[in-house]
Amino acid sequence: MDFGLSDEQLQLKESARVFLSKECDTKKLRQFIGDAEGFPHDLYGEIDKLGWPGLIVPERFGGAGLGMLDMSVVLEECGYAGLPGPYLFSSAIAAAALVAGGSNDLNARWLTPLAAGRAIGTIAIVERNDSLNPVDLATVARREASCWVLNGAKMFVPYANVADFVIVAARADGEAALFAVDRKALGVNVSPPFKHLDATRRVCAMDLDAVVLDDSCKLSGDASLYERILATASIAIAADSLGGLERAFEMAVEYSKVREQFGKPIGAFQALQHAAAEIVADLEPARALVWYAAYALDALPAEASRAASMAKARMCETFMRGADRAVLMHGGIGFTWDHDIHFWFKRARFNEAYFGSPGYHRERVARLSGY
Amino acid sequence: MDLNFTPEEEEFRLKVRAWLAENLPASGLRGAAPGDQMRDKTALDRAKEWQRKLHQAGYIALSWPKEYGGQAMDPVRQAIVNEEMVRARAPGSIGGGVIMLGPTLISWGTEEQKARHLAKILSAEEIWCQGYSEPGSGSDLAALKTRAEIVGDEFVVNGQKVWTSGAHYADWMFCLVRTDPQAPKHRGISYILIDMKSPGITVRPLVQMTGDRGFNEVFFDNVRVPRANLVGKLNEGWMVANATLFHERNALGATTTTQALLNRLKQLAASVMRDGKPLTKDPVFRQRLADLEIRVEAMKYHLMRQLTDTIRGRNPGIAAMVNKLVGTELNHDLSTAAMEALGDYALLARGADQALDRGYWPGEWMFSLGLVIGGGTSHIQKNIIAERGLKMPKAAR
Repeated sequence: MDFGLSDEQLQLKESARVFLSKECDTKKLRQFIGDAEGFPHDLYGEIDKLGWPGLIVPERFGGAGLGMLDMSVVLEECGYAGLPGPYLFSSAIAAAALVAGGSNDLNARWLTPLAAGRAIGTIAIVERNDSLNPVDLATVARREASCWVLNGAKMFVPYANVADFVIVAARADGEAALFAVDRKALGVNVSPPFKHLDATRRVCAMDLDAVVLDDSCKLSGDASLYERILATASIAIAADSLGGLERAFEMAVEYSKVREQFGKPIGAFQALQHAAAEIVADLEPARALVWYAAYALDALPAEASRAASMAKARMCETFMRGADRAVLMHGGIGFTWDHDIHFWFKRARFNEAYFGSPGYHRERVARLSGY
Repeated sequence: MDLNFTPEEEEFRLKVRAWLAENLPASGLRGAAPGDQMRDKTALDRAKEWQRKLHQAGYIALSWPKEYGGQAMDPVRQAIVNEEMVRARAPGSIGGGVIMLGPTLISWGTEEQKARHLAKILSAEEIWCQGYSEPGSGSDLAALKTRAEIVGDEFVVNGQKVWTSGAHYADWMFCLVRTDPQAPKHRGISYILIDMKSPGITVRPLVQMTGDRGFNEVFFDNVRVPRANLVGKLNEGWMVANATLFHERNALGATTTTQALLNRLKQLAASVMRDGKPLTKDPVFRQRLADLEIRVEAMKYHLMRQLTDTIRGRNPGIAAMVNKLVGTELNHDLSTAAMEALGDYALLARGADQALDRGYWPGEWMFSLGLVIGGGTSHIQKNIIAERGLKMPKAAR
C-alpha cells in the first residue's frame, strides 16, 4: 500500500515548477495573453524539448508512455503557472482519446506528430445547449458509401483556432461516438476565438457542414469510450485546478504577511487566518482525490468515472471558492487588472464550468454510487 | 502509487477478521457506543476484559516497540486492525492510556515510569484519564492554574480540572500542573502522573447534553505526588503535552468510523419517504449526499497519503494539521444530514417509542459536536493551521 507520488513524479513536478517559473512568469504571461491566437509558440517549442507533448503517448508512437498520474503532476504545475495555450486539451485529452480508440493508421496520422510537438489536437463535445449528456448530441455522423458524413455545430471548442485535428463527439448509429476530424477538412468552419473571460484560454465555435471522413477517423470503442474521455477531461481540469488554487492561495497568504493595516500585517487577524485555514482544509483532501482519480483512470477502470467525477466536482468547486476568497483577501488591489490574481480567479471559473459543473458531477457520483 | 495491500497484509487482515468474528459476540460488546463502558462497573469490567483479550491476541498498540509490549509493526498493520474493528463494530481500548499516554511515555518517560506503567496500560489493568483543561483554561490551555509546589521529594497539588473523561473510574491521571507561577505561562508547566487513589482527590461527574455522564470535574486538595512521577523536565511539560495532543488529534481524525456513518446515513435516506419517493431520489438531498460521499472519500485518501508518508519517513507537513478539523466537522455534518432526513423523528432518541434507526442519530449528532469542540475547537485548529502551517503572523492575543 503506497499512496502518493513516486520519487520520479516528485522530480517531474520539481523540474516543471522550475521550468515554468522561468518561462511563464507573470510578466511573460501578460505578453502571451495579448496574442490573438493565445498560443505562445516559442514557449511551446521549449515544452516540446521536455517531451511533454507525448507524456501519455505510448512509446511506439514516439511518446514517453507515462500515465495519468504523471500527467496530473505536470498539469498541476501548468495550473500553478497559469500556462496559456492548448497543452491540456491536446496532450491530455485529445491524446488520451487516440490512445484509447485510435487505429494504428489514425495514430500514425495524428498521435505520432502530436507526441513530436508537430500537431495540436483538441476536443469538441458540447453544442449550443451546453450539454455533456450523449442523448443531447445533435451532431450526427451518417454512413454514406464507405465513409462517414458529419453534420453539426459544436461550441466552446478549446483552441480550435490553432488545432490540427479535433476529437468530435457525434451520434453514430444512435450511439455516442468520437471522430478525429482534420481541422482543414472541407466543411469544417472554425469561428474566431470568443471574447472570453479567461484570457489565458481560447475557445471557438466549430461548424461541421457535410464533412466527409474515412473509416479510420472513427475511434473504436462503444459509449464507454465517451465516458472515458469525459473522465480524462475531468481529471485533467481537476489537476490544473489543484495547481491554480495553490497559486492563488499562496499569493493571498504572502500578501497578508506584507500588507499592514491597523498597525500590523493583515494576516495577523483571525478572520483572514481562518479563511486561509479553511482553504487548506479543503485543498489537501482534494489533492488526494485528484491523485486517486488519476491513478484509477489507468489502474482501476471500473472506478474511473466515479473517481473522476468526485475529483472534478470537489477540486473545481474548491478552486473557485478559494480563488474568490483569495481575491477578497487582497482587498482593493485584488480587484485591479494590474494585480495578477484575477487571471487565476477567471481560470477557476473556466475550470468549474468546462466538462461539467460540480452539480453535474455530483449527480454522476450519486448515480454511480447507487442512489 | 499502489492501493493494494501485500499478500501478507491481506492474510493478516483475514486473521484479524476471523478472530473478531470468533471473540466479539461472547463479549457482549458488539455495536457498543464509545463511552458505553462508563455506564457502570459491570460495563467497565466487560470493557476491560475485552481490551485484555485484544492485547493477548496482539491487536493493541501494534507499532509500539517490542520491549514495551508492542510488536514494532509498521502503521499499515495497525490501520488494518482499526478498519476491521470498525467493520465488526468492536470497541477499542479504554481511556487515554494506549493512544495518548503510552506513546508519550515511550518518548519522554524514564525507564522506571515505562516499566511501572506501560504493561498495565496495554492489559487494561490500569485505566488513565487526562487532566488538562480547567474552568479558566480550555482553549487557552497554557493559562492553567492547578498548582504543584515542591515539598521535599513530593509535589503538593492544589486546584481543579474539568472535562476529565473517565475520571470516575480511572486509576491514574496524566496531569498538567503549574510548577513556576513566575515564568511566562508556557514555561512554568510540568507533566506529572497522579494516582487517582491519592488522598485529597474528589471526582464530581458532569452530565453531557446527551444525558450521559462521561466527564467530570476533579478537585485536588493538597494531593501528594512523588517527584519521580514527573515526565520530562520540570517546567518543560508544555512540550510533552504537545506530543500527547498530537496523538489525540490524529486518533480523533480516523476515517473508518466516518465511512460507517456515511453507510448508515445512506441506508436511512433510502428508507425515508418524501413525496412518495425515498430521500435518496430527492434532487436536493441527493446532491448533499453525494457531496458528503465525496468528502468522506477524499478524507480516506488524505489519511492514506499520510500513512504512506509515515512509512516512507516523509513529513506530511500541513496536510496532517487539518485532520482533526476536517474529520470531526465531517462526522458532525453526516449526523446533521441524518437528523434533517429524520424530520420530526429526529427528536426521538435511543429508547424512545417509535424512534427510527433504533434512535441512534440524536446521540451521535450531539456527541459529534462534542468532538468538534474537544481536543481543540475548530477555531483553535484554524489558528494552528494558519500560524504554524502557513506561518501567518501570530494573531492578536
